[in-house]
Amino acid sequence: MWAFIHKLGSPKWFYAISARLQPWFWAAAALLLLVGSVWGLAFAPADYQQGNSFRIIYVHVPAAFLAQSIFVSMALAGLVFMVWKIKVADMAAAMMAPLGAAMTFIALFSGAVWGVPTWGTWWMWDARLTSMLILLFLYFGVIALRGAFASRDSASRAASVLAMVGVINIPIIKYSVDWWYTLHQPATFTVTSRPTMPVEMWLPLLIMVLGFYSFFIALTLMRTRSEILRRESTKRWVRDLAAEER
Amino acid sequence: MAFATFSEFLAMGGHGPYVWASWAVTAALLGGIVLHARSERRHLLRHLQRRARRERRLAGGQATVSHQRGGHNDDT
Repeated sequence: MWAFIHKLGSPKWFYAISARLQPWFWAAAALLLLVGSVWGLAFAPADYQQGNSFRIIYVHVPAAFLAQSIFVSMALAGLVFMVWKIKVADMAAAMMAPLGAAMTFIALFSGAVWGVPTWGTWWMWDARLTSMLILLFLYFGVIALRGAFASRDSASRAASVLAMVGVINIPIIKYSVDWWYTLHQPATFTVTSRPTMPVEMWLPLLIMVLGFYSFFIALTLMRTRSEILRRESTKRWVRDLAAEER
Repeated sequence: MAFATFSEFLAMGGHGPYVWASWAVTAALLGGIVLHARSERRHLLRHLQRRARRERRLAGGQATVSHQRGGHNDDT
């Protein structure tokens, strides 16, 4: 177990294993996003109350899921970096932050656009909306903090701490719709009960969610490899490898 | 199929602007992120290869280096 963790933490080993995993996640992401989009946009039936505006759900919910999952992943990577000093974990965390911010932005933007025909307003200081806005600012904070230190190690530690503290916001986002029931509807998907939507509506949503997660994994593998090339550029194996790879 | 014609599909029952704005922003961001990641990787590899070539040249002996310098001076 320990040998495995240390191997996983070695940039060289990670670089090799991620090269083999990466194409599968890209292929899964492309396939799932294509099928989910066509199904969700053209084949799923219109909602009896919201009409076709409900098709925004197929980008809104996956983006919102991912926005939160990426933050949790970033906090866990920060913890692994702080406790075991595994550099690859910190590189992955650094690469996750911009994607997390983009996903939070998509969730907020599509939610605002969706709010106009559905709620009659694009914004309200509802608990869910506000806590998601805070998440966006937490992402900006983590990104800015990384750029604010001259020493890489200080920057990494500061960003890890902010991610681990900021993760408090995640359960607040999750339960905000139950604790302060104002505008945003409760969860569409729960693990414990069956979806309230008909299957031809939630199946494409599930496909889109899986597609977004595959995209996240594929992109993080790819960008962590780039970050390894950047940070380990003086290492012998990186020099040798750069000569071969295209 | 939830729509009879293509123009009905585009109109989204009057909600076209909302649906397409959300989807377009999502698609543009995901696409842009992929393009950025690809150019980031290409850029890094090119940088490493350039540096490797330069180091090989420098390690290739003083003779080669002085020869190149000389050639360069003749040109200018």
